[in-house]
Amino acid sequence: MSTVIGITFGNSSSSIAVASSEGKVDVIANPDGDRFIPSALSYVGEDEYHGVQAESQLIRNPKNTIINFRDFIGKKFEEVKIDESLQNGAKPIKGANGEIAYEITRNDKVEILSVEEISIRHFKQLKLAAEDFIGKDIEGVVLTVPTDFTEHQREELVKISNASGLKVLQLINEPTAALLAHLSADDGERSLQDKIYVVADFGGIRSDAAVISVRGGIFTILATAHEHGLGGDKFDAALSEFFAKEFEKKYKANPRTNARSLAKLKAESIVVKKTLSNVQTSTCSIESLAEGFDFHTSINRLRYELTTRQSLSEMTAFVERAVTKAGLEPLDIDEVLLVGGVSNTPKLASNIQFIFPESTTVVAPSLDAKAINPSELVARGAALQASLIESFDDEEIKESLQPIVVNTQHIIKPIGIKDASGKFHPLLVAETAYPIKKSLQVTNGESSSILIELYEGKRTIKETVIEPTKDEDDSEDEEDSDEEPEIVKELVYEAGDKLATLSLKDLKPNSQLEVTVNITQNGVLHFSGRELKQGSVAVKGEITSA
Amino acid sequence: MSIVLPSGSAEPFTATAKYTAPVRRPVEPVGRFFLAHASRTLRGHTWSEFEKLEAEKNVKKVEEDEDLDLGDEEQSAELLEHDPREWKTADLYAVLGLSHLRFRATEDQIRRAHRKQVLKHHPDKKSASGGLDQDGFFKIIQKAFEVMLDSTKRQQYDSVDEGANVLPPAPKSKYDFFEAWGPVFASEARFSKKQPVPQLGNLETSKEEVDAFYGFWGKFDSWRTFEFKDEDVPDDTANRDHKRYIERKNIASRKKLKQEDNKRLIDLVERAHAEDPRIKLFKEAAKKEKEQKKWEKEAGSRKAAEEAAAKKAAEEEAAKKAAEEAAVAKAGSKKAKEAAKAAKKKQKRSIRGAPKDVEYFGDASNATQIDGDIEILIEKLDDVQLADVATKVTGTDASTVKSAINSVVSDLIAGGKLDGSILKYFGK
Repeated sequence: MSTVIGITFGNSSSSIAVASSEGKVDVIANPDGDRFIPSALSYVGEDEYHGVQAESQLIRNPKNTIINFRDFIGKKFEEVKIDESLQNGAKPIKGANGEIAYEITRNDKVEILSVEEISIRHFKQLKLAAEDFIGKDIEGVVLTVPTDFTEHQREELVKISNASGLKVLQLINEPTAALLAHLSADDGERSLQDKIYVVADFGGIRSDAAVISVRGGIFTILATAHEHGLGGDKFDAALSEFFAKEFEKKYKANPRTNARSLAKLKAESIVVKKTLSNVQTSTCSIESLAEGFDFHTSINRLRYELTTRQSLSEMTAFVERAVTKAGLEPLDIDEVLLVGGVSNTPKLASNIQFIFPESTTVVAPSLDAKAINPSELVARGAALQASLIESFDDEEIKESLQPIVVNTQHIIKPIGIKDASGKFHPLLVAETAYPIKKSLQVTNGESSSILIELYEGKRTIKETVIEPTKDEDDSEDEEDSDEEPEIVKELVYEAGDKLATLSLKDLKPNSQLEVTVNITQNGVLHFSGRELKQGSVAVKGEITSA
Repeated sequence: MSIVLPSGSAEPFTATAKYTAPVRRPVEPVGRFFLAHASRTLRGHTWSEFEKLEAEKNVKKVEEDEDLDLGDEEQSAELLEHDPREWKTADLYAVLGLSHLRFRATEDQIRRAHRKQVLKHHPDKKSASGGLDQDGFFKIIQKAFEVMLDSTKRQQYDSVDEGANVLPPAPKSKYDFFEAWGPVFASEARFSKKQPVPQLGNLETSKEEVDAFYGFWGKFDSWRTFEFKDEDVPDDTANRDHKRYIERKNIASRKKLKQEDNKRLIDLVERAHAEDPRIKLFKEAAKKEKEQKKWEKEAGSRKAAEEAAAKKAAEEEAAKKAAEEAAVAKAGSKKAKEAAKAAKKKQKRSIRGAPKDVEYFGDASNATQIDGDIEILIEKLDDVQLADVATKVTGTDASTVKSAINSVVSDLIAGGKLDGSILKYFGK
């Protein structure tokens, strides 16, 4: 097994994954058996608790339990707006150097721990878990970061990881990692299809979305969107509130006044939320919630969806916003990949499906049973990248990340040819990075000489009106909405500006021809056509960009 | 369905317009397609160059995989005529056309070679070209294939496969040690239960490695067995005693062969060890080193001995010199003494004669008393006074002699050396 791993470090939970040389990825469970290890640390007496054990301390020992600290890395206390509602553990305070820190009591002594120190301890625990699983020392790690992490935060994160004994090979963006894992699932066949994806990552306390175009296996981020505070915790809060109301009604006791009751409510809400992703009804039972009353109730999925309606619609709007930010329309999107724990919610997936046309696939566990667990995607992508670059030395990796390599030219309009019926066939689609070479096999039909015309595509939206089929038997519904004709929108590229013409002569009927478009690094487009037979001479020419 | 292009005729190529200006965006540095992109960009390969390189890589792999001429070896006429009942004595690797690979042949290679031999030697083919009873060699091929595919049987055959053995050089002949013995050990190594087996090496091999090599061969653990040479056990149940007898005989002969083989190997290793030029070199080196060590070790005492000898010599020298000096000095002092004695005598004589020369100071009547006193005086005087007086009294007048003697007498009396009363004439 390889000794390089991928780690995704989230606000709510962290995951570790390792890829074998054949491309099989394992998400590593920590000694508690968790593959989504809560990013939480708790201190009780001499002991340091980590993961689920630390998280469960939120009820009894919230003052010494630290959660949701990832986003504070490399930030000054003044820079961030701290949302108190998300900090039900130890409260962040201003550290000695202006950084964010937490005050904890350990053995009756007060300790101030900076976010960096806490992160180092967290990474050390992750390292232990990974080494436990692999049985060897970890040689390197690929870390994922949100796309809005600043350069300074990235540097800080690398420092933290190195300080904990994990050598950072590369930092990659979370949505890219998720997409890489998704595309590698089918032996990498998917990555050869030119598509535009929306990767929507719904975490515990924040949501991120990225519009990514995949062209010839190369990923380009077209736009990103972020929403802090929107995430799974909102669902928990809504559920807690719902239960609190019901409890109050039943027992005339308010559980919201007591921090411990609130913590108990939240812990149970999380369980209920997860259960409702799989089944229609879930029970909720909390012993001694407030004033000694036990609480027992049940909730069905519909009620849950109504309770969390606001957050759900916010999330849908958030995805839509990301598409708009990229200057695209939902029609342009080929696939939506849902990432993060919240993606398990069936309603969220169906809501998002609703805003996109039918041609768009939404990848979520509730819609596609074969989809990879959305919580694992990012870690898997990091592990795959780690195994890919394992054989390279640091110098080579560094060289590959230079701006000259990473920043490439992308064509903004599709380029293709027109067939006899005047239909446009793209060779290169929009947002393709070059240097690139693409070929297409065509035929001349019956004519002995043909023209190959190279066009730039023009984006048009074709609207087809489907007349509603009259249901003769059902006379009652005749005056209902059924009468409205349905309009199906379809994105079609038509031939726009003509770029060049090639002509091939003296051809036998129905011979095989190959048309090749090759854009070199300096932007020169080589256009050639030839007959697919031994000894044929290609006709070629070149054009440049405007 | 393929795309049909519009018909028409024009110039071979006409450029009409430029394509829309591109936009520069960062691509995400992940995935194998990005790595390919990075290597293209960094090394400046064009697409076609890159494709060519990738294609070359693939071609090499294919070439390595195939060895097409497997089993194409021609069998000797003798082997083709081999009696199938005596198949055990045939070279089974040569039968399959694998005599160049032998124990190194993989199962896959054996299968492929067997298929080829079957195609070539199948009785159906032979009978087509005349002769119906031509399946003898085919039987051997099938037997060989059966042996080769059974790992136990193959091991048994490999144990007695003479074709894979490399004979050691004839003793007393001239040969290069490493050229001659290297292949011998390489071929013997196949019998080792422990793999890998250390190599013979060359003249530059270090002493540790050579020692490890002979150490390994000294404790060689061989899997070689000799079941293949067993006499066939009759499988009829009629004569059970005979069957058991043959079985016992086989076991005994296996044991014997194994012992012989072990002995052969031990002799082989001993011979190689004895002939190994490195061992000689090491011995010489060790001897030299020992001597050097001894020499160094004794350096202290030798120095002391040298010093002692030098000291002794010096002492002897000094003693000799001293003796010589002493002898010389002795000889010198004898002469001087004699001279002094003579001078003393002369002085005494002159003192004794002095009163007489001056007629006893005109006092001849007291001549005997004067002479008596003079004799006493001479006895009492030391050498210096004697010489002094002698010079004073020679060749002068009587009064001078008398006063000289008187002064000497008074000196002696004052010195307490002479009692004045015993003098009869002087000192009055």
